[in-house]
Amino acid sequence: MKQIVVISGKGGTGKTVMSACFASLARSAVLADVDVDASNLHLLLHPEILERHVFKSGQKARIDVEKCTGCGLCLPVCRFNALAEDDMGRVSVDPLSCEGCGVCFHVCPVQAVEMEIPISGEWYVSRTKYGPFVHARLGIAEENSGKLVTEVRKKAREIAESEGRGLVIMDGAPGIGCPVIASLTGTDLALVVTEPTPSGRHDMERIVDLARHFKIRVACCINKFDLNLENSEQIQRWCGEQSIPVTGKIPFDAAVPESVVRGIPYVEYTSNSSADDIRRMWSSLLELIT
Amino acid sequence: MIISVASGKGGTGKTTIAVNLTLALQPDHPVQFLDCDVEEPNAHFFLKPRIEESREVFTPIPEIDDSLCTYCGRCAEVCAYNALAVVKGAVLVFSELCHGCGACRLLCPEKAIREVGKRIGVIESGRAGDIRFVHGRLDIGQAMSPPLIRALKKNMDPSRTVVIDAPPGTSCPVIESLRHSEFCLLVTEPTPFGRHDLELAAGAAKEMKIPCGVVINRASLGDGDGEVRDFCAREGIPVLMTIPFDRKIAEAYSRGQTILEAFPAYRTGFLELFENIRKLLS
Repeated sequence: MKQIVVISGKGGTGKTVMSACFASLARSAVLADVDVDASNLHLLLHPEILERHVFKSGQKARIDVEKCTGCGLCLPVCRFNALAEDDMGRVSVDPLSCEGCGVCFHVCPVQAVEMEIPISGEWYVSRTKYGPFVHARLGIAEENSGKLVTEVRKKAREIAESEGRGLVIMDGAPGIGCPVIASLTGTDLALVVTEPTPSGRHDMERIVDLARHFKIRVACCINKFDLNLENSEQIQRWCGEQSIPVTGKIPFDAAVPESVVRGIPYVEYTSNSSADDIRRMWSSLLELIT
Repeated sequence: MIISVASGKGGTGKTTIAVNLTLALQPDHPVQFLDCDVEEPNAHFFLKPRIEESREVFTPIPEIDDSLCTYCGRCAEVCAYNALAVVKGAVLVFSELCHGCGACRLLCPEKAIREVGKRIGVIESGRAGDIRFVHGRLDIGQAMSPPLIRALKKNMDPSRTVVIDAPPGTSCPVIESLRHSEFCLLVTEPTPFGRHDLELAAGAAKEMKIPCGVVINRASLGDGDGEVRDFCAREGIPVLMTIPFDRKIAEAYSRGQTILEAFPAYRTGFLELFENIRKLLS
């Protein structure tokens, strides 16, 4: 079983649009949205949810006001500024700041601190016309998105194995931090979708470094390449120097947002030549992983 | 005044709005610009600051003194992040999991743990004309950006108007960036993706009790801004600015040009945006 993840560093370069096209072209793959923080792939795949699972992770401190004597021992040991004392000497926890380390729990002399494991999201197994789809929704302002990504990936692999599907296609998150690392490790190929702008280029270089750090093979897609031909050429040259195959150069097309509005993968929405470019890119990606 | 610019979805134009708002306020308002997207900082491409100072940022991780350690296992027991494991005759430290809370050091009965710094990135500061500029750069392979964002925000200069360029998403790095903001500008685009993530970002601002307003970027794209406006009306969030889609703006961006450089007439719009935020807060 092979796993492809679509990433970019910079947001808004076209990861989800490409992922949906690949889902449509692959037909028999397992699909996963590993951008659990601001997931969008479901808006193009229209899943019918079959299973819902609660995601519980991390912990938060809560102070029992009945037991708290206001001694203040917990205040200086909290490194996340999550504890505050009011005028009456009562201590409270700011759940948005609390990272659940439990130092306050351990130093409290009267056991007034309780550590609770909150529900921090949900994940789903769904059916789509393109194949099984695993996706999630992290609660607003929650931590541990990396762990939720790992959960989603685990389920997607299980489904691929039990149903004898040879491929998992994952739509990744922007950035280079914890959820992206969790989506990258152990994959067979990372497709980096970039755009010919200074930020697109800069962010691509950082995500390529990250992929290499984890020894993941990289391919590149230059999206909206005709917005700046000179920059596109520079990106292509840089990829050449780095031995990164440029598997697709897709022109800017106002039909892309139209296809998103209609909720249809772009390759199904349009019959123009850029849909062919994406089909060709998909074939080259398959060649790279087999 | 501290104004942060967020979006949920990436690529909607956070950096564009933050940068152009900052530039429009020149030369009358003293501004400090903080690029808190430390995973992928981009604002420097447009503000082109002269960097005057660069500082490494470290987070504390435990180091075990083997001459004092009795391998009792207390440190592994109290670590909420599984960053410590005690096996026969050794304590293993998994620094990438450590949040630097200090529980292990504080609770070690033998006082066998001290903390050493692990580098997570750098903070660079400088100026672009009269604009004070600070950004952070997370080291490749580091998973946790919040400590770097916290360190970056320690450079905040309250005597100036502070404009914060936040990372995409709604999880911990965004919360860390938005914290203590007096106002949050949410940048969206009128597509189902933009709307979906605007709802998440508006939810985060609401949870943090930060008043917010919306900028609709590329407003003529997709199916128009009708649904975004409906959402904002329902939630009582003011729409403070709309920018139509213009391929020329996208091309200017690709050359590292700001909207104000390419289309100086937008200056009035950004100044109005600032005045409207001020009015909302007064």
